[in-house]
Amino acid sequence: MDLDLLSNIFYAMVRTGTPLLLVALGELICEKSGVLNLGQEGMMLFGAVIGFIVALSTGNLWLGVLLAMSAGMLLSMLFAAVALGFNANQVATGLALTIFGVGLSTFVGAAWVGKPLAGFEPIAIPLLSEIPLIGRMLFAQDILVYLSFALFGLVAWVLLKSRIGLIIQAVGENPDAASAMGLPVLRVRTLAVLFGGAMAGLAGGYLSLAYTPMWAENMTAGRGWIALALVVFASWRVFRVLLGAYLFGLASIIHLVAQGIGLSIPSNLLAMLPYVATILVLVLLSRDAIKTRLFAPVSLGKPWQPGH
Amino acid sequence: MLLSLEPRGQQSRAMLWLSPLLAAVLTLCSGALLFALLGHDPLDTLHTLLIAPLADWYGVSELLVKALPILLCALGLAVAYQARIWNIGAEGQLLLGALAGSAMAIQIIDWDSRWALVWVVLAGVAAGAAWGGLTAWLRTQFNANEILTSIMLNYIALNLLLFFVHGPLKDPAGFNFPESAMFGDASRLPLVSEDGRLHAGLYFALLALVAVWVLLHKSFLGFQIKVLGLDRRAAGFVGFREKRLVWFALLVSGGLAGLAGVGEVAGPIGQLVPQVSPGYGYAAITVAFLGRLNPLGILFASLLMALLYLGGENAQMTMNLPQAITQLFQGMMLFFLLACDVLILYRPRLKLKWAQRTTNAEAMA
Amino acid sequence: MSSSPSVPRLQLSGISKRYPGCLANDRIDLSIAPGEIHALLGENGAGKSTLMKIIYGVTQPDSGEIRWQGEPLKMRDPAMARSLGVGMVFQHFSLFETLSVAENIALAMGAAAGTPKQLEPKIREVSQRYGMALEPGRLVHSLSIGERQRVEIVRCLMQDIKLLILDEPTSVLTPQEADELFVTLRRLAAEGCSILFISHKLGEVRALCQSATVLRGGKVSGHCIPAECSDLQLARLMVGDAEGLESSYPKAGGGLPRLRVDDLSWHNADPFGCTLSQIRLEVRSGEIVGIAGVAGNGQDELLALLSGETRLPRSERERISLDTQPIADLYPDARRKLGLAFVPAERLGHGAVPDMSLSDNALLTAFQQGLLSKGLIQRGKVRALADEIIQRFAVKTPDADAPARSLSGGNLQKFILGREILQNPKLLVAAHPTWGVDVGAAAAIHRALIALRDAGAAILVISEDLDELFQISDRIGALCSGKLSPLAATAETEAVEVGRWMAGEFAPLPPITSPLAAAAASLS
Repeated sequence: MDLDLLSNIFYAMVRTGTPLLLVALGELICEKSGVLNLGQEGMMLFGAVIGFIVALSTGNLWLGVLLAMSAGMLLSMLFAAVALGFNANQVATGLALTIFGVGLSTFVGAAWVGKPLAGFEPIAIPLLSEIPLIGRMLFAQDILVYLSFALFGLVAWVLLKSRIGLIIQAVGENPDAASAMGLPVLRVRTLAVLFGGAMAGLAGGYLSLAYTPMWAENMTAGRGWIALALVVFASWRVFRVLLGAYLFGLASIIHLVAQGIGLSIPSNLLAMLPYVATILVLVLLSRDAIKTRLFAPVSLGKPWQPGH
Repeated sequence: MLLSLEPRGQQSRAMLWLSPLLAAVLTLCSGALLFALLGHDPLDTLHTLLIAPLADWYGVSELLVKALPILLCALGLAVAYQARIWNIGAEGQLLLGALAGSAMAIQIIDWDSRWALVWVVLAGVAAGAAWGGLTAWLRTQFNANEILTSIMLNYIALNLLLFFVHGPLKDPAGFNFPESAMFGDASRLPLVSEDGRLHAGLYFALLALVAVWVLLHKSFLGFQIKVLGLDRRAAGFVGFREKRLVWFALLVSGGLAGLAGVGEVAGPIGQLVPQVSPGYGYAAITVAFLGRLNPLGILFASLLMALLYLGGENAQMTMNLPQAITQLFQGMMLFFLLACDVLILYRPRLKLKWAQRTTNAEAMA
Repeated sequence: MSSSPSVPRLQLSGISKRYPGCLANDRIDLSIAPGEIHALLGENGAGKSTLMKIIYGVTQPDSGEIRWQGEPLKMRDPAMARSLGVGMVFQHFSLFETLSVAENIALAMGAAAGTPKQLEPKIREVSQRYGMALEPGRLVHSLSIGERQRVEIVRCLMQDIKLLILDEPTSVLTPQEADELFVTLRRLAAEGCSILFISHKLGEVRALCQSATVLRGGKVSGHCIPAECSDLQLARLMVGDAEGLESSYPKAGGGLPRLRVDDLSWHNADPFGCTLSQIRLEVRSGEIVGIAGVAGNGQDELLALLSGETRLPRSERERISLDTQPIADLYPDARRKLGLAFVPAERLGHGAVPDMSLSDNALLTAFQQGLLSKGLIQRGKVRALADEIIQRFAVKTPDADAPARSLSGGNLQKFILGREILQNPKLLVAAHPTWGVDVGAAAAIHRALIALRDAGAAILVISEDLDELFQISDRIGALCSGKLSPLAATAETEAVEVGRWMAGEFAPLPPITSPLAAAAASLS
């Protein structure tokens, strides 16, 4: 394998890992606050289709990104209303959100399938992008990838250094105590869910505006679910989310590697790899039940209402 | 807050069954609103969607044909969900049942015996159960979250099916279309009546309905499953074997989905094609919840869901509406159901400003 | 506004609060002077916690007036309470285990107080001033229960505190630790801080508090000066004329050994849990053995090993035996078949399934009593059993179809205990049998246990309530960090001694003298 190929693989790894990173960061915040939102796939799809339609009709890519995020947030609001406001089972509500989002995006996007769009182009930063191996990976990406780096930094700072991070963690661990202390548990959780929605919408927008600038039914191909597994993989730690996202990105572009070393495997079998990798990772990381329990936010997925 | 929720103290039995009805009505209303917004006559569209498909016996038989796989998958899911095992993998288990059934049928394509069908059906059930068992194994052995593993297995199953239908199982005489050869007649499910496509899968579904009902409502095994679902600690406290129950629930769940899958390829389709299932396995999730995880409720819910599928096709043909209406309605219905379920445990109270003031005044007096 | 001694620090008048289905507080009056230690007495469900939440601003009263240093005000939320100088130490600590001591305190104090790092010096200073050593950087989950309580108290003392509310603070402490806490509280009071001390333990209220308000059924049943009242007078204010206040039961000697726990050691893989070492214990037929101890000292682990929720490998099955049959490797249902019955600490969610009917909950543990036929449930028989339990143990419920969740704590406990007793156990293990139960039900439960003992069953009771253990058990011991003290006849020992055991002050056990070891020794 030559350096060029490696450099290309690294570049594609980050590109492919970016949507996973974005969704997983949103879900991380959400789960840290104690809410399990399984609707990522639905929010991503809706974000992708809205972003695409807006960008294509207005010719403004950034407006597309903005509305993709709003679309994700809109769906997450539904989730928040039902799961937090009405105290419904979070697993069922998340599933409902995914089913709804898949249906809604297919419905809305029916007339837009296969239309071409000039999406975000890579911006190579002079000099830096010429560093061997990692130059392209870090400094020749499109602007949404750069944005994902910034958002990662923001989430990491919030969770590790800020008071907001403490509050989110407190609410996710023991909502009763947090409420007794005067923290607005439901408001914190709602905001976390909305943030997750915006990130999922952004990830969807990245897919339809930058990664493959077009719209196709179910174009997320399970990335929302993989991101959920990614949060488990990361043991709810933010740096591991970054690492995991790119590792999964690598697993998804393994066919590039296979081609590079001259293997020919049927594409349908290669397409399974990210999913198989997800299962393997879950197996490796969940084996120790006690450890998993230690890292998971204590109240994850448990409905909570203020009161006595 | 204008509307406030007040705990009832205990479940309202009436709301337990009214809530799915309310959800269905709300879905229809929102649907009508949506059609109106899109510039279609709402009543007309609803008629196309829900009434026109059932105009004749053929329509009714088509409804049953569509309801069968949904019913079988949802019955299996009900067993798993009663144990709070969130098997999202019915779709994959169905696909694998279809794949294995087809592989068997292609193997014995020239065998002209009644046993051919038995083998095909058994292969489908076994493959579905095995796919469900895989989730059980990952969960009991490695503690891996079954929601994520079962959904990953859905994607893997789909790709496996695509691989086989584009590769080893492709009909050599099929002009390179991704399809298998048509099965031999002996491997096909016989039709129930001359007109229509309703097939002997109906009997399997009815049998499964009764069996699941007895399991969940009469047997001690079903009791153990419910205890496991409601209260894992209590189940451990009295020594119910959690791992065995997880295995059982997922094997039953997978087996029934596999039966649904093989029923499709050996029934109405007659060969393996890439689009074996228009998302029956996912629809079954909504159906299981809508039917309250109760076999009878699931029966009605699966008929309703089948009607949505049928209506979606009809609306696409006659009004050029996207077929995704079906999925959209599914999602809406599940959402409305979960929202309405709040009424089971809570009583809604309109809390208007003046009302609050008077109660305060009363309390002071 | 000056806070001269004549103006009460806090004065409540006519406070009422209604929850759906119950009037939790009914026109309550209460007044606390500066520097006064005031007791709030009452049974579970008397309305103490509701009143406390109202004072701390967690909930709002429906009517009534709160005056703070003479000024009427509305306590909007805990933040407002804290800013006035009201501090609260919860019974179930409101701490976050995954955060450090300093982070916990910073969270409670609001953004203006500074970052955790900035607060560390002050935390050290305050904890030293009041004799409660604390390391600000430690994660809360690594702290003992006593240390966690210190965090809660220090958290309140970080601000200029005028009123400290403590909810059942001694329920998690050994008697010695409780004495240390009282020293701190008295010092605080001497500095002018008012203290509202919520408890149902009469002895410590008399030792600590200058005045008391007693609640019963949501109403004030009396104000008094504890030092001038007898236990019986206070108890009558708390519970009215309920029977069983003074009952004492004859002690029994016991017969043949039923349960034998032989050098049981068990390593807990959970770092938050407790590891058991060399537990040795014998319970004879016809006796009640009581095990005291502060929560988290191995009770849960021992109970799980006894019930079968935790099983040992086959090679170690001799560690626990029932009537000489080794059982440590058996599943709970197999142990039940041999005559073990079990009442776990948590009624809802462990001993009973909250959302299932009483009938189904009877089936839950009694399914081996001929209630099944060919794998199908015999509904008629199950129902008959449930009805019998309800009738024989006076369980107050509309019928056997009522969900377990709808019963009061005492009634559900009577049902669970009845369910176990009707299975004619040879050995009954009961954890905290009267926790959170009203006095009438507690007396009924004690009588049922004594009757079961007198019928020849062996009974092991694990409880945090030392008074209860002294009342009903024939022999007593204590668990401390996974080790069991020697057992002594209850009649010949005193609370002080058991208190020392609870703090871990007992000699290591003598070498093994089990028959097996003796036989091995004689062979060699």
